[in-house]
Amino acid sequence: MNRENIYFPHLAQITRILPQIEDHKLFGLTFVDKSMKDNFSYRPGQFVELSIIGTGEAPISISSSPTRPGTVELCVRRVGRVTNALYNLERDDLVGIRGPYGNGFPVEELEGNNLLLVAGGLGMAPLRSLLWYTLDNRERFEDVTLMYGAKIPDEMLFKYELLSLLDRPDLRCMLTVDKDEEGIWPAHIGVVTTLFDQIEIDPSTTYAAVCGPPVMYRFVLEELLKRNLSKDRILMSLERKMKCGVGKCGHCAIGYKYTCLDGPIFTYWDAINLPELI
Amino acid sequence: MKMVKLQKKNLNAFLAGLEKFGDLHGPVRRDTNDFAFQKVDAPEQIAHDCLRTILPPKKYFTKPVDTMFTFSEAEGYRAPDKDLHTKIILFGVHPCDIHGIKILDLVFGGQYRDEYYFARRRNAIVVGLDCMPDEYCFCRSTGTDFTEDGFDLFLSDIGSSYLVRVGTSLGDDIVLETSTLFQEIGDTDRRAYKRRSAQRINSFEVEIHLEDLPEIMDLEYESRIWQELGDKCLSCGTCSMVCPTCYCYDVVDQLNLDAKSGSRLRRWDSCLFKDYALVAGGHNFRADRGSRIKNRYFHKQRGFVAQFGRPSCVGCGRCIVSCPAAISLVDVLTKLRSRGNE
Repeated sequence: MNRENIYFPHLAQITRILPQIEDHKLFGLTFVDKSMKDNFSYRPGQFVELSIIGTGEAPISISSSPTRPGTVELCVRRVGRVTNALYNLERDDLVGIRGPYGNGFPVEELEGNNLLLVAGGLGMAPLRSLLWYTLDNRERFEDVTLMYGAKIPDEMLFKYELLSLLDRPDLRCMLTVDKDEEGIWPAHIGVVTTLFDQIEIDPSTTYAAVCGPPVMYRFVLEELLKRNLSKDRILMSLERKMKCGVGKCGHCAIGYKYTCLDGPIFTYWDAINLPELI
Repeated sequence: MKMVKLQKKNLNAFLAGLEKFGDLHGPVRRDTNDFAFQKVDAPEQIAHDCLRTILPPKKYFTKPVDTMFTFSEAEGYRAPDKDLHTKIILFGVHPCDIHGIKILDLVFGGQYRDEYYFARRRNAIVVGLDCMPDEYCFCRSTGTDFTEDGFDLFLSDIGSSYLVRVGTSLGDDIVLETSTLFQEIGDTDRRAYKRRSAQRINSFEVEIHLEDLPEIMDLEYESRIWQELGDKCLSCGTCSMVCPTCYCYDVVDQLNLDAKSGSRLRRWDSCLFKDYALVAGGHNFRADRGSRIKNRYFHKQRGFVAQFGRPSCVGCGRCIVSCPAAISLVDVLTKLRSRGNE
């Protein structure tokens, strides 16, 4: 086989395991092959196929930013066969990585605009990549706002990292929880859409990047549309069963789009044309 | 295009002389009306009256079960070597199936090229053969009743001879190998070919209109038809398996008994299977049969048009013949078009 075999994973070592919330850990992975380690690049919003040899592969969005090379971070929920097998591994163990796949966020197009990142629950996993990309290239963007809502404080991903951003002058970091029964939450309380009253959106210079559970999209989209944000300035990261990642196996096809090739970032306009999308 | 003539009585001698080009495969009779492409020891085993094999030629290029790689601690990942380099001559491929292969070339090529598929494609010589449609064929409607490429040689019946179109340089080498068996074509042959062509065009019993089908399908996205079909469909996936252009696959890792080495396999899958769009965590994007069968029709007739400029259906009729629930694609498309006009 003289060309590159698109199905071969590249070996990567688990260099860090940071527990997040229950059944969610952030895995830091470093490619064993030095040139892979040095040259692996990606766009925020792309995903990789994670292989646990002998168990299988699963698509996982990248949570780290390409501005911080060397280690790829995947925030993985323990939920299926592959992720359970990953949770049985320890630091220094090897996994396989193929990718990066998917379109990712159109970061060049976003430059020079205001950015509104809206995340709900686990939707922060792919948006963290865009967040850090933006912060590390801060001069290329105008106002940057993050709205992130979790059910309760104990279910917020990257909680301490995000809380540490509350004081940052160049980011409007709005964190909220639906409920705070213990009375410990230092920020806003209420569902994520309740944050919209606190901000102004200039529809001609703003892009929104949204990721969250299906139920969240409806309400967030409503808020964005009410503020006249155009349908192709609303970007969403969507989940499907992206088995091969390269547009062959068919599992992630929606209408005339493959989530793995044409997505996982879709605009709201795409969603209108692909009724199954959200 | 270079054309020569081969007398029918010389066909077997021609095929027998091709040993050095690869193993000969062709349609073989399995039962009264069942045929399958398989390796033959002698050209006489080939059933020349085969209109439709059970499985299309895709089985040679994307195998029902296929090793993607083996893995072991000692050797890491290794691409499978066997059966990627076996040379074969695939005889008796009808135009619809040649179009099917051309469509798979698009899918397995592109930005991410599947080298397993193309290794097998490179090693297969395709000898096409024309045919007369039966009541299930609608390749004329799908524009796949004729092909001008995708074959090394193509044989058209002109009575006591075949008119042989030479499609590739390799095809020419094959002709030259047994050149004594071939003759130049003459005026009678030209006339015979045109007669046959006209006769063939007039033999189609089924016609569907595909021109603006994507728009019609969008209009009927919420149609009751999909639920009605879902109620009939058994989710058996037979239509996917027999389809020349269905390429979906599932991936599984298989461990050896040492629990350290094994292989990653892919196997044919169907979007009609219940767990096709099931993701970890238990959410199924297409839990009901109606949504699955709708997805199948939309991908073939609508999605593929947007992606590659034509529907991926080649009109071979296999899905209609094979469906145990008697769902007919022709009926479905006709109904989609006429609904509301009854």
